[in-house]
Amino acid sequence: MDEKELHIGEHQEQDEQNPVARELHTEEFLVNMGPQHPSTHGVCRLLLTMDGEVIVKVEPYIGYLHRAIEKICENRIYNQITPFMDRFEYVSSMLADWVYALCVERIGQIEVSPRAEYLRVIFGELQRIASHLIYWGVFAMDLGAVTPFLYGLREREMIMDLFEETCGQRLTYNYIRIGGVSQDINPGFEQKCKKFTSYMCQVLEDYETLLNENPIFLSRTKNIGVAPPELSVAYGVSGPSLRASGVNWDIRKDDPYGYYEKFEFEIPQGKNYDTWDRYQARVIEMRESCKIIEQALDGLPEGDPTFKMRASFKLPEGEYYARIESSRGEMGCYIVSKGEKKPYRLKLRGSSFNNLMIIPEISKGLKIADLVAIFASYDIIMPEVDR
Amino acid sequence: MFLGIELPQIVLSAIYFALTLGVVLLMALFLVWWERKVSAHIQVRFGPMMTGKWHGWSQTLADALKLLQKEDIVPRAADKGVYFWAPVIVFGATMMTFVVIPWSPRFIAADLNVGILYIIAITTFTIISLLMAGWGSNNKYSLLGGMRSAAQIVSYEVPLTLSIMGVVLLAQSLSMQDIVADQNKFWNWNIIRQPLGFLVYLVAATAEVNRTPFDLPEAEQELVAGFNVEYSGMKFAMFFLAEFVNMFVVAAIATALFLGGWWGPFGNESLGWLWFVLKSMGVVFVLMWFRWTYPRLRVDHLMEFAWKWLLPLAFLNLLATGLIYNLVK
Repeated sequence: MDEKELHIGEHQEQDEQNPVARELHTEEFLVNMGPQHPSTHGVCRLLLTMDGEVIVKVEPYIGYLHRAIEKICENRIYNQITPFMDRFEYVSSMLADWVYALCVERIGQIEVSPRAEYLRVIFGELQRIASHLIYWGVFAMDLGAVTPFLYGLREREMIMDLFEETCGQRLTYNYIRIGGVSQDINPGFEQKCKKFTSYMCQVLEDYETLLNENPIFLSRTKNIGVAPPELSVAYGVSGPSLRASGVNWDIRKDDPYGYYEKFEFEIPQGKNYDTWDRYQARVIEMRESCKIIEQALDGLPEGDPTFKMRASFKLPEGEYYARIESSRGEMGCYIVSKGEKKPYRLKLRGSSFNNLMIIPEISKGLKIADLVAIFASYDIIMPEVDR
Repeated sequence: MFLGIELPQIVLSAIYFALTLGVVLLMALFLVWWERKVSAHIQVRFGPMMTGKWHGWSQTLADALKLLQKEDIVPRAADKGVYFWAPVIVFGATMMTFVVIPWSPRFIAADLNVGILYIIAITTFTIISLLMAGWGSNNKYSLLGGMRSAAQIVSYEVPLTLSIMGVVLLAQSLSMQDIVADQNKFWNWNIIRQPLGFLVYLVAATAEVNRTPFDLPEAEQELVAGFNVEYSGMKFAMFFLAEFVNMFVVAAIATALFLGGWWGPFGNESLGWLWFVLKSMGVVFVLMWFRWTYPRLRVDHLMEFAWKWLLPLAFLNLLATGLIYNLVK
């Protein structure tokens, strides 16, 4: 509270030097952006201190989507936890399943069959594309262009269809299970998937012609919300947003899990560290994901990807952490086991939490419209923040 | 002459104006439906398909009926008088412009000798009502929206008026009918004689009616709904209809001033009203196309664009027009 008063006082001093402000007696006001606001992506609440259209201070208030998933997990046996992971991050729930499965497999030293690992890579990357498609559409929509949102959803629908025919679900898949995947792919899946990736590459070109040369789009994104590498690292930003800040850090390359070291793909990096770079990082990543999927489909080994697990089992005592590169950044699962059938403590790391915390820092002195653009560019998902 | 009966001019004007109002209100309903259809097809959707069987043609009627039945909610902290009159003024001002819209050689409610000046004056009322709505609602988002719209419309009014001046100079008249009559051949249409003026007018007019990329006053991603955030039911419908009617007004003015008004493409005078409506609808379609393609400008870029680009261009256009006109003469 003291800090806020101090800040406002500071600003008023500046005002006193400005003759117009002195005469009109301008003052700052508070705007409550959210929890019901169209562009806070769910139920984030940002308390803005505004000087006219200029942002003086942003304070995020979180907790409106808290479902106590971590606490619920302490009262479930290990196999029952996977469905909760879908709800932990419902925009890319396939990847959330994966991080939990990975953690338990590392503790229990469970072998995963090569076919299952390949399928995980294929579905993980499809999920990454689906998530980035939503990002692409929502980002454009937050800048005022509504049409891209529908285009993004059109392509995402095709991925949803692929998921549906494999595991029967369209949002909460429960597909990647401990030790493997829930079921093998249907015959003909490879062809459909390849058709999709080649289609996706064409569509990405369309996307680029729609937005990349639009002067309004450029003026809204270039040099807005610059996050230098040191600042991003200090705030613990991860994922495409970190790479857009010029830091070469991708868990798929730097701490490989699954079979990622077998695939060739590029890591895009930003040069100006601005909103445009964060947007561009995701678009390029979609292309790279298509490449990975094609490689994985070509090398898909035969075998049984499923794993027969006992309904309940005990894990050895200890503390364990596993992390993967989700579509938003580092997604981690930390399990404290006391040798019971249930975890003693389960902590999830959502990258959106850290990514949200940098926003107040870099949006000071910008306009309210820029804040919306920055918020969208970091791809904040509230279920991941509140859990 | 009206249906073969000789009538005094005042009665005739009243009849024409009443007819215009009826047509325009129907047109607004149609435009809402059309916008939904255009946006849907741009966005690979169908839009309304169910209401009224054929492509959801009666969707807007159903929506209007729903809005009519809604409870009239007034926020407790609102300034009641200001809050009430804002939608009335915006709707009234919009309707008033139709007095001087030349639908055909004879169908005009009143061919004022200062017609275009009258339109510029009347459309300025919109600013007042948007400011009233923003202030009266006693909501921070509304206030920001109202302030934005006032700043925006005042800025864009200047290049808009200057771009119209070029046309007035060519026609040597402020009367709408004279300006249209002046464009009697296709190559005399002002879009050919005044291409720069037309572009400036189109951009400034898009800003005047608060449509994307200039829809900052109601920027839903930033200000939720801007100046009309606290309005619901029929009051909201008034703003909504006024917005669509306004869009038609700027399209109709563009048609009258730049696209040859009621003249057919071959210099024919027959079926003037049909040509007029078709051309106006074409301009409306372009405005809709803008809306569903472009992102939104930021508020400071918007001001920069008006004062640093549009205004000098409009001056240049006026200067060049004046010089050439005098040389040719």
